[in-house]
Amino acid sequence: MRLEYFQLIDRVVDLNLADRTISAEATVPTESTIFEGHFPGYPLMPGVLLIEAMAQTSGWLVVAANGFARMPFLASVKDAKMRTFVMPGQVLTIKSRLAHDGSGFAVMNAKITRDNQAIGDATLTLRVLDFPNPEMAAQMRINATRLGLKIEAPADV
Amino acid sequence: MSSTFESVANIIAETCDIPRDSITEESHAINDLGIDSLDFLDIAFAIDKAFGIKLPLEQWTQEVSDGKATTDQYFVLKNLSARIDELVAAKGA
Repeated sequence: MRLEYFQLIDRVVDLNLADRTISAEATVPTESTIFEGHFPGYPLMPGVLLIEAMAQTSGWLVVAANGFARMPFLASVKDAKMRTFVMPGQVLTIKSRLAHDGSGFAVMNAKITRDNQAIGDATLTLRVLDFPNPEMAAQMRINATRLGLKIEAPADV
Repeated sequence: MSSTFESVANIIAETCDIPRDSITEESHAINDLGIDSLDFLDIAFAIDKAFGIKLPLEQWTQEVSDGKATTDQYFVLKNLSARIDELVAAKGA
């Protein structure tokens, strides 16, 4: 994770377009200014950032599924649960499944685990829109490469 | 009233916390019931699941934007129900 750049996942470790699933990993940094406020003397990874990690992981699945043709934007978060604390330095696994591929939106079931222990989960709705500009589309491909996400042909989803 | 309308009305009532008895076949989802685009995504999701279809929301929105259709054609509930019936029929054809 590079919290200051809002990069909440480090790498995509598995992408299965047939099963509509993705798995990513992220290591919580040992130091961040965020921990100075959350909380003084007891650093915890904020739950909202865990939700963002699930949203980013989900988003990469949608981007990969549509062949980098369109961009997902977080629209709603439902049934979000933060089941235990996440401390600096811990390694997280973030998984997401495309539960429904709607017209212009996608519903995702996402969860975070640490050593197979449930950390958090949520149902996310993403709006799926055309890229607002070519620069963003290009940057997303660069980011995908950084994450080890293989760019494949569009899937029929 | 069609069973499709009944299902749609129940979905809207449950999804948007709108009293069921205030929803009629003549209700316009946006203008009368005040449903915004985000809430309509939840409704579309529920309809898609319930009927095993995919409401072509983007196509409808584009047609309205292009002046080729009115929102009444898709968002007055009797018309929405008719569109759903067409999609269900097309799926089974």
